[in-house]
Amino acid sequence: MNDVILSRIAEALTWTGRYVERADATGRILDAYLHRLLEDPWRDEDAACRSLYAILGVDAPDQHCDMQQVLDQLAFDARSTGAIEGALGAARLNARSAREAVSSEMWECLNSTWHALADQRTAARRTGGPYAYLELVRQRAALFFGLADSTMSRDDSWRFVVLGRSLERVDMTVRLLSVRVLDAPHAPDWPTLLSASGADEAYARVHGGFGDSPKVAEFLLLDRDFPRSALHALTTAEECLAALGRPRQDPARRPIGALRTHLEYLDSESLEAGLPTLLRDLQQACMASAEAVAEKFFPYQGPVEWAQEGA
Amino acid sequence: MADIFDAYALADAWDEMFERPGEVRTAYEPVLAALQPIEPTELRFRADQMARAFTDRGVTYAFAGEERPWPLDLVPRILDALEWDLIQRGVAQRVRALEAYLADAYGPCRAFEDGVVPWRLLLNSAHFHRAAHGVEPPGGVRIHVAGIDLVRDEAGDFRVLEDNVRVPSGVSYVIENRRAMTRVFPSLFAEQHVVPVDGYAQKLLAALRAAAPGGIGDPRVVVLTPGPSNAAYFEHALLARLMGVQLVEGHDLVCRGNRVWMRTTRGEMPVHVVYRRLDDDFLDPLHFRPDSVIGCPGIMGAALAGNVTLANAVGNGIADDKLLYTYVPDLIRYYLGEEPILPNVESFRPDEPGQLEAVLDQIDQLVIKPVDGAGGQGIVIGPKADRETLERTREAVLADPRGWIAQRPVALSTSPTLAGERMAPRHIDLRPFAVNDGDEVWVLPGGLTRVALQEGNLIVNSSQGGGSKDTWVLAEGPAEQRYEEARGTLPEKAPRQLGPDGGRTVVQEGAQQ
Repeated sequence: MNDVILSRIAEALTWTGRYVERADATGRILDAYLHRLLEDPWRDEDAACRSLYAILGVDAPDQHCDMQQVLDQLAFDARSTGAIEGALGAARLNARSAREAVSSEMWECLNSTWHALADQRTAARRTGGPYAYLELVRQRAALFFGLADSTMSRDDSWRFVVLGRSLERVDMTVRLLSVRVLDAPHAPDWPTLLSASGADEAYARVHGGFGDSPKVAEFLLLDRDFPRSALHALTTAEECLAALGRPRQDPARRPIGALRTHLEYLDSESLEAGLPTLLRDLQQACMASAEAVAEKFFPYQGPVEWAQEGA
Repeated sequence: MADIFDAYALADAWDEMFERPGEVRTAYEPVLAALQPIEPTELRFRADQMARAFTDRGVTYAFAGEERPWPLDLVPRILDALEWDLIQRGVAQRVRALEAYLADAYGPCRAFEDGVVPWRLLLNSAHFHRAAHGVEPPGGVRIHVAGIDLVRDEAGDFRVLEDNVRVPSGVSYVIENRRAMTRVFPSLFAEQHVVPVDGYAQKLLAALRAAAPGGIGDPRVVVLTPGPSNAAYFEHALLARLMGVQLVEGHDLVCRGNRVWMRTTRGEMPVHVVYRRLDDDFLDPLHFRPDSVIGCPGIMGAALAGNVTLANAVGNGIADDKLLYTYVPDLIRYYLGEEPILPNVESFRPDEPGQLEAVLDQIDQLVIKPVDGAGGQGIVIGPKADRETLERTREAVLADPRGWIAQRPVALSTSPTLAGERMAPRHIDLRPFAVNDGDEVWVLPGGLTRVALQEGNLIVNSSQGGGSKDTWVLAEGPAEQRYEEARGTLPEKAPRQLGPDGGRTVVQEGAQQ
C-alpha cells in the first residue's frame, strides 16, 4: 500500500542525496588541496585558496586568503549549504522530514554524523589539521549511500535519492574541471584533480601513470565505468528518470539524455577542442533537468496562509 | 565494595522494589541481584552510553527549547502477571465506558436525561464540538487510542489519575525504552520473562484499517503530524514507519468534493483514515482556528460526509475533561453494569453546591487542577504551595468553579532511580496505552513509566523535566517452553559453501583427534 511517495518527501529525498554528495565531494576537494599544499615546496597558499573558492562557486575575499579561512567557510560553516557542515545539516533536516521514507539506519547515520562533526571540528582547530574531520565526512557519506543501497527498496524513494546524488555528482565534477580549463592561473594540477575526484587509483589502473595529461579530463567526463565520471552519473540519472515514468521527450530527461548521447560518441580530439563549451552545457543541462524535476514531481505549495476572519 | 543502594532511604510512600528497608519484593529480586554488584562509575558509564545512543538515533525531546536525549533510567519498573491483569482489565473497562459516554453525548444523551451526569458538564465543555453531533463513526469507535494515567497510592493500590482520549502520546518511548534496555542489560533481560511490546504498530494499523469508511476494500491510512518542530515528531515518524504508512503534514493533503487526497509524485491519491496527531483546534482552519496553518482545510467536511475517518474522533475532549473524570466510576456502573476495577483518586467538584466551600476551606491540603490542563500545567499542590499561590488559586477557583477540580494528594509510589552515582527513591506513575479496533480493547503490556527526577517532586511529565523507566510485565509460565515452541519452526541448517581462502591455508597439525 506504500506504492507512492508524497511530493514533499520526494523533494526531501532528492535534496538529501544531493547534500550528502556535495559534502562528500567538497571534502575530497579540500583534502586533495590541503595535501597538495603541504607537500609542495613552492606552495602559493593564496592562489590555491582562490582556486578552491572558484571551484565551489563562493566569492573569494579581497584580501590575502589562507587555508584556515577556507576551512571556516567551505567546511565548518553550518549556515551555508555550500559548506560541508551546512550541507550535512541540510541533509539531516531533509532526511528528518522524510523519516518514514528513509530507513532508520540512514537517518541515524546522518544524525550521528551531525553530532560527531562538532567534536571533529574542535579537534581540527586544536591540531591544525582537518584530516580526521574530512575522513569522517567521506566515510559517513559512503556509509549513507551504502545504507541507501542496502536498506531501501529499489522503488521511487530510492530513485529520488540516487537522482539527487547523480545530478550533484555531475555538477561537482564539472566544477572541478572548469577551474582547470577556464581559470588557468588558479588551476590545480592534474593529479590533484584526480585525487579530488577520488579517481586517482581508478585512473592509474585504466591508463597507467599518474595522470599528468588532459587524458584526465577525458577520464572524468567519459569513462563509462568510473562512478564519478560525468557520463556514468548522467546515465544513472537518466535511468532513474526513465524508471520514474518520464518519457523521452520529457523536459527533465531530455537535456541530460541529449548530453549523455553526445558524450557517448565523443572522441578525444573533439573533447579537447570543445571542452569549455561542453562543461558549460553539462552544468546547464543538470540545472534544467533539476528544475524540470521540481516542477513535475514537487508541485506542492508551502503551507497556505489563512487570513484571520474578522481580525 | 561500594553499594549503589547504600544510601537508599525509603520515602513515605509505597516503594516498588523494597517492601521494607533491605527487604526486596519477589519480582525485583533478579534485578537487584544484577544491579547491586555494578560499580557506580560503571552504571554512570552505561547511562551515558545510552544517552549517547538516543542522541545519535534522534530519540530526543524538546526541553526548554533544547534537543535532549530521552531520559531513561536504568532500573526497570516491574509489574507481575497479577498486577498487570488487574491494570489491563481496568484500563479496557475505562475505555469501554468512555466510548459509551461519547456515543451517548454525541447521540441520544441518555445519561444526561437520567441524571447520571449533569447537562452543564456537556454544554460548558470547551471540547464539545457540535460538528461531531450525530456523526456515527465506522464500527462505533471514537477512541482508537487511549492513554490512561495510573498512580499507585500509599497502600500499593493502583488508581486512575486521568484519562487521555484525544491524542495521547508517549508510546514510542515504550518501544524505544525496551530497545535500549535490552542492549544495556542483555543478560539480565535474557533471564526474565518479559512480555514483548513490539506488537503495538500492528495492532494500531489493524484498528485504523478497521475504522475506514464502509465499502473501502483496501483503505489508505496516513499519520498526520504538525511537522518536525513538534515535540512528539519523533513518535509520529516512528509510528508511520513501523506501520509502513505515509507521514503527512497538512499541506501534503488536499480536500476536494468532501474527499481527502494526498499529493504524491504520481498525482493525487485518496486517503481514507487519518491518524491525526494534532488537536481538534488545529485540524481544519475552516472549522476551528482560522489562524492555524498546520491543519488541512476541508478535512472536517470530508469526515462529516463519512468519506474519511479521523482517529481519534473530533470532540473526544469531553471525555477526558478532568471534571468528567470524577463521574467515570458512575459511568462504568451506568453503561456497563460493572463495578470499577480501578478506583479514582478521591476528588471534589468545586462547581457542585457545598463542595466549593469545602475545597476552599482545605485548599492547602488538596491538589488543584484546571480541568483542561495538559502536561501537568497549572497544577497547584496545596501542601507545597506558598501562601501567595494558594490565595491566587483560591480566587481563580472562586471565579470559575467549573474550570477546576480538587483531589486528595496521593504520595505516588517510588522506585529506585539513578541520581548521581547512587540509587534514590523517586516518584513514578504509569501510562498504559489501549488500542480499540471496535471488537476488542487491547492494552499494550506495560506502558510508559514516568519518573519525577527531582527529590520529592510529584509531577512526572517530560515537559517538566521528568524521566522514564522501561516497564516490564512478567509473563506467566516458563520461558524455556515458549522458546522450544518457537524453535520448532526453524529449518534445517544448510552447510556453508566455502570459497578460496586467499592462500592463507593454515595447516593444523594434530588437529584430528
